Amino acid sequence: METKKKLKVSAIKNGTVIDRIPSGELFHVIEILGLSRGGFQMTFGTNLESKVLGTKAIIKITDKFFEEDDVNRIALVAPDAVFNIIKDYMVVEKRRVVIPPEICGLVRCLNPRCITNHEPVKTRFSTSMGPGGIVLTCHYCEKETTQQNLQIISGN
Amino acid sequence: MKSLISINDFNKEEMLHVLDLAEKYEAEPNCPIFNDKVIACIFFEPSTRTRLSFEAAASRLGARVIGFASLAATSIAKGESLKDTIKMVSNYADMIVMRHHLDGAARYASEIAGCPVINAGDGANQHPTQTLLDMYSIRKTQGTLENMSITMVGDLKYGRTVHSLLQAMSHFNPRFHFVSCPELAIPAEYRHFLDSRNIPYTEHHTLEGQISNTDILYMTRIQQERFQDPMEYERVKNLMSLDASMLTDTKPNLRILHPLPRIKEIATNVDDRPEAYYFEQARNGVFTRMGIFTYLMNQ
Repeated sequence: METKKKLKVSAIKNGTVIDRIPSGELFHVIEILGLSRGGFQMTFGTNLESKVLGTKAIIKITDKFFEEDDVNRIALVAPDAVFNIIKDYMVVEKRRVVIPPEICGLVRCLNPRCITNHEPVKTRFSTSMGPGGIVLTCHYCEKETTQQNLQIISGN
Repeated sequence: MKSLISINDFNKEEMLHVLDLAEKYEAEPNCPIFNDKVIACIFFEPSTRTRLSFEAAASRLGARVIGFASLAATSIAKGESLKDTIKMVSNYADMIVMRHHLDGAARYASEIAGCPVINAGDGANQHPTQTLLDMYSIRKTQGTLENMSITMVGDLKYGRTVHSLLQAMSHFNPRFHFVSCPELAIPAEYRHFLDSRNIPYTEHHTLEGQISNTDILYMTRIQQERFQDPMEYERVKNLMSLDASMLTDTKPNLRILHPLPRIKEIATNVDDRPEAYYFEQARNGVFTRMGIFTYLMNQ
């Protein structure tokens, strides 16, 4: 039964299957990982049944493998996501997303008076856990941006 | 090479070292040890006290001062970016003192400049040299920084000096009392900061009755533009104002501080009271900034 389940997920020969993406975050994940550019062969599904999330999205990318830094870049929008590394139709490794201590160039600072919203400065935040989820503290203006107010910078 | 952008850039020992240097300079204000240095004071928004005290401090240390006091006569008025301006200025100076209207501008400048940067106020974010001169004033008047009961009054939401002083004094076992209207209350992130360090604090909506157990009364200006309703501004302003008649039953060591400019939150009849310390506090700014220049220049 276990083997059958793995075969179903690993329907690509070589590449990566990103599982357990919250349905509403599918296109953010595609954007953050730059999958809409670069000519990748990719299939995705959304609003699939999930025991963990209720519904989930899934992305399968042929012949694409991600560095650890890339994996962790989606921590803000898909903290439960799993990267399944597929080699010859088999899952050879599962990588879980870890919240990185610092997030650069990915999220806009919520503070309209922050220098990063006025000059071409790459945003930089340190991360911590607050009562409502991940809290980002801006390296420049020192103000906090909470998970509920995240604004992903397009073109990443 | 070390810059001073946020008060968190200095640890407790570094803060105390700067205060010791300031004490030395107060005893001997003319020490031309930097007569081979050029210090650029670039002020992208107006300032009287801060700019003059930086320039006075640089002059007393023998450094030559270049810079500008407003945007009008600079290339920024022609649309030059902050990055280009800082790159250019850091070619001319050994240290940059900078004030800017945007939060985080000073940190950004410190990453571009090839010399140390001192933040002389970046928007509503930080004003660390004001904090160090406030600390110098507290230590000078109280003999210690430890175990102070500090009452902060006025605009506790946007007041950058309040936030920086709160963070700096957290090293010295303080107790805080915050007096403000709900619209200008101390932000949640600073309450969380105090909670995480087990520092006790209370919150109040009127100054009446909050003075008797206080060592340091830290007054701040309430800006009218923070209020949409001018009537509400008048009401709040009156609740946050200090008059000489309120200074009864106070501790003998009570001192009143204010980062200035003061508008009407401290009545002029307080000025001659022994507790009033805000003008001496401004004078301490020169010695403290001499100490900061010396410490950063020697890094």
